Amino acid sequence: MMTSPAGVPGAQQRDAASLVIEDLVAGYGEVRALDKVTIVAGAASITAVLGANGAGKTTLLRAISGMVRPRSGRVLLDGADRAGRSPEDMARAGIAHVPEGQGVIAELTVEENLRIGMMSWPGIAPRRADRAAALAEAYERFTVLADRRRKIAATLSGGERQMLVIARALVARPRVLLLDEPSLGLAPRVMTQVMDMVVRLSRESGITTVLVEQNARVALAIADRGVVLNLGRVVAEAPAGELAADVALRHHYLGF
Amino acid sequence: MVEFLQFTLSGISFGMIYAAIALSLVLIWRGTRLLNFAQGGMAMFTTYVAIEVVHHTGSYWAGFAAALAAGVVLGAVAELAVIRPALGKPELNAVIITIGLLVLLEGLAGILYGGQFRSFPAAFSVIGLRAGSTPLGVSRFDVFVAGAVLATTLLLAIGFRYTSVGLRMRAAAFNATVARLSGIRVARVITLGWALAGLLGALAGVLVSPSTFLYPNSMDSIFVLGFTAAVIGGLDSPVGAVVGGLLLGVALSYAAGYLGSQGSDLTTVVALVILVVVLMFRPDGIFSGARVRRV
Amino acid sequence: MRAQSTPRVLGAALVVAVMVVILSIRLNTFRDYQIAEIAIEVTAVAGLTVLTGLSGQISLGNGAFMAIGAYTTALITLHLGWPFIAVLVIAAAVTAVAGAVVGLAAARLHGPYLAGATLLVGVALPSVANAYPGTFGGDQGLNVVFTTPGFLGVNFPLTRWQAWVCSAVALVTLVLLANLSRSRVGRNWRAVRDNEVAAALAGVNVARTRILAFVVSATCAGMAGALLAIVTELVAPGAFTITLSIALLTAAVIGGLGTLPGALWGSLVIILVPTYATDVATSHGLSSSVASNIPVAAYGVVLILVMLIFPQGIQGGVRWALGLFGIPSAPARPAASVPDVTPRAGAAPASQHTVPARKGSPPESQEKEGTP
Repeated sequence: MMTSPAGVPGAQQRDAASLVIEDLVAGYGEVRALDKVTIVAGAASITAVLGANGAGKTTLLRAISGMVRPRSGRVLLDGADRAGRSPEDMARAGIAHVPEGQGVIAELTVEENLRIGMMSWPGIAPRRADRAAALAEAYERFTVLADRRRKIAATLSGGERQMLVIARALVARPRVLLLDEPSLGLAPRVMTQVMDMVVRLSRESGITTVLVEQNARVALAIADRGVVLNLGRVVAEAPAGELAADVALRHHYLGF
Repeated sequence: MVEFLQFTLSGISFGMIYAAIALSLVLIWRGTRLLNFAQGGMAMFTTYVAIEVVHHTGSYWAGFAAALAAGVVLGAVAELAVIRPALGKPELNAVIITIGLLVLLEGLAGILYGGQFRSFPAAFSVIGLRAGSTPLGVSRFDVFVAGAVLATTLLLAIGFRYTSVGLRMRAAAFNATVARLSGIRVARVITLGWALAGLLGALAGVLVSPSTFLYPNSMDSIFVLGFTAAVIGGLDSPVGAVVGGLLLGVALSYAAGYLGSQGSDLTTVVALVILVVVLMFRPDGIFSGARVRRV
Repeated sequence: MRAQSTPRVLGAALVVAVMVVILSIRLNTFRDYQIAEIAIEVTAVAGLTVLTGLSGQISLGNGAFMAIGAYTTALITLHLGWPFIAVLVIAAAVTAVAGAVVGLAAARLHGPYLAGATLLVGVALPSVANAYPGTFGGDQGLNVVFTTPGFLGVNFPLTRWQAWVCSAVALVTLVLLANLSRSRVGRNWRAVRDNEVAAALAGVNVARTRILAFVVSATCAGMAGALLAIVTELVAPGAFTITLSIALLTAAVIGGLGTLPGALWGSLVIILVPTYATDVATSHGLSSSVASNIPVAAYGVVLILVMLIFPQGIQGGVRWALGLFGIPSAPARPAASVPDVTPRAGAAPASQHTVPARKGSPPESQEKEGTP
């Protein structure tokens, strides 16, 4: 599965992976939140998942990362089905899920939060040099975090927290990154920075990204493809530009 | 003045035992959000194991080590066998299960060892130390008690702060969801927490039993006071557990010392007064402020 | 708690009363004593199941309220010689006041902090009896004189009369609690239990509602203590240990928290399992230390198994069994602590075409969170 050796410094990622969701069904109790959802996310691409409140976007990410056990369907990471595995296993397989609004562990310091990112590395005891290199790279990209490395994450601003979450995803070197509403509650300028980082991570490190967003305009602007969910079903799937240009669809489902 | 010094020192010695129990409760609370009522019962049981080993080998230290090992095993087994299956059920169910475990352990101890009081050896002399001609109110063994708990606490603190396993345990305690999504095997971390709690309880049992005797219910009152210490300090705070234990130990020592026999009858009343006063000002314990509310 | 109409509740109480009378006449003295014990337990547990199950406050100190009721009974009987019915009323009133005091102190506390505070109340209060032996008789306790009333004749067994008195008090308590839980008071308790902030916004006085639950629960425990005093005819601190308070909570939970029939099931388990296990152990000729401890171990195992097999307690199991036979019953209500598995977002889609709003409340994590 792992094509590059364990413990390579952060800049060199494992090979980009494709993520294919096939006929995924999931829900809570009587409620069926996902109904045979099929999505193909190409290696190193950004896929925006859009739709109104209750469309099933968050459940989709939860079902991929194992937080919700799918009732049926497949989650294929580079062709291997991993549906039904625990979140721990998914993380170790290279799927990093950043849940909405609670990505950082507020009680830990910035550096400890980054070190949490190493917990999904393959192998039992990563070399000290590798750990240091991964941290150094994160601080180099996110200088704002370098100044606050000993501070408790609770003291960070909303934008800095999102930066920390994305920096941790960089440290984790995932093959797939699932982001739930990274722009929520951020000022427009900060949101632009965060989206910028998402794009750079995907392009430079070859991370396949699935981005759930309420802000469809922003999401489609950076995504390669867009998927629109409604009542747990896929109602549209197309290159991002096409979706953004479809006035009827925008009006009906995306609210802009 | 000499009396005051004596009461303080002996209070510290007992307080460290409450601190050990409190710390074990905090470890479990942080991982499982559960009060382990079996903590005292587990400590009682492991002390019986120590008695058996001391009896057969003739070595106090062999018994000491056996108790700690038994504590680790008992803690982990309890978590795996009866606590984990109760996760996801109403919160009080797991509490009642720990009560069931306590009753079961006390019953088993009665079946295996009988209900009579057994004496347990002390590692060092229990004759009071003197500074010149002034009695200090504590023995060499009391110093060992305080030292042993302090050393264990410091080791744990260092482990939590500076090791990868410690970071995993803290991450799992603060935010299990993010921890799991980051690849931390939270279930294993929780079992480890129970094992460490079992070790701390076993330590408390071995250290307190020379002064209380050992019988199936012998740890009940120690558990109540350890629990009180944890509540005073704040159940999320390991530092709070130690401070709460010391505070309680010293306060109870003054009460017993200055109020005479009535003071020792009213031990739990004094503890209650302290608890009520603390909770009046800090409903989540003294060190609750250290905890950050997650956004 | 299931909504039961008053006639149904009264009917059920009447049936149980008749059963108690018949059983107490047919069975021997020891069984009469057991009936009294169970009735005492039911009275105390019913109060606790209301406090913990309906108002959401845990108490590990109701044994202390039993002690207050018992000592009040002993002192009044000893010094004033009043009839039991008057003593019972006074014991209830005194414990109600004690409950108000504890409830007031506990109003801001939650979860383990409330558990710790009440546990210490349960341990500390009885120890006062030891510290003032002049008033409370110290370790030896106080004797209580209780006799059968004259109209029953001299040959009427005392234990049967005790069983009747205890059962009558227990049944009246259950009927009153059933009414109370269906009243506005009961609705307020549930509201406060489910969401304090929402309850406060809806105009419920949260502090007063929580304290009232403590008063009701303490009153029940106080009456149980008074009954205990006249049945054992001795009130001593040894009867009010930490074990008693814990046993009360245990009975409430394994019976089915928040349900009055559950209070009965829980009490039956608490009283009968150890007795039955003792019978089995002694009949197999085991040594005394083993025979006396097998019931303890068995009781522990029963507690663990009931909690694992019937998460909603025995009453939950009874409902499930009734359901198998097609007998309708209200679904077991998940306890307040159970994470809500029905996502609120699931109900929202109906309006999504018209509301391009921000995300509302996504389904909360199904995991056990790090913070409550």
